[in-house]
Amino acid sequence: MSKDVKVFALSTCIHCKHCKEFLDERGQEYECVYVDKLTGDERKQVIDEIKKVNPTLSFPTVIVNQKVIVGFDKAEITQALEE
Amino acid sequence: MDAKQLFNMLGPIQAKKGYQFNPDTSMTMDLMEMLLVNKERYGHMACPCRLASGNYEMDKDIVCPCAYREPDVAEYGSCFCGLYVDQRWIDGTIPHQVVPERRPPEKVLAGLGLE
Repeated sequence: MSKDVKVFALSTCIHCKHCKEFLDERGQEYECVYVDKLTGDERKQVIDEIKKVNPTLSFPTVIVNQKVIVGFDKAEITQALEE
Repeated sequence: MDAKQLFNMLGPIQAKKGYQFNPDTSMTMDLMEMLLVNKERYGHMACPCRLASGNYEMDKDIVCPCAYREPDVAEYGSCFCGLYVDQRWIDGTIPHQVVPERRPPEKVLAGLGLE
């Protein structure tokens, strides 16, 4: 079954880049939000959203369905995608 | 300055301090590019893997090499973004794992004026 994947990323972050490449290679669709490109209320709102699932506010923060993976942890992301 | 020049400038300085660039040259050069992007947009080379504010005083702890590099390399063999690693990491005698964020989130929020 297809998974709902969201990646909170920074446009300059190498782990975010690798994470996106990994998802692309798998043919996995995802929504990517570049938090460093946001400003004002939109940025605040997204940061609040990330804080709820990853209090360390680090990138990438990946959400596969409801599962949260902090950082580009290939094994955890793979597991979440294949569950 | 371009990425290659930054690489050539930083390498010897950091090697003297006992830090080596990640041997994955493509990754290291990408990080050089991203440091230059941050230099351009913030005025300082904030860690590309962290959300910077653009306020130097607030970002001081994440200006590369960041204040967390030393404890991160000591514990994980690699800094948070993976630019600097030690010999154990290169030799594979220490596992390559995701380095957890050591920077307190309060600092991110304070920098952005969200607290």
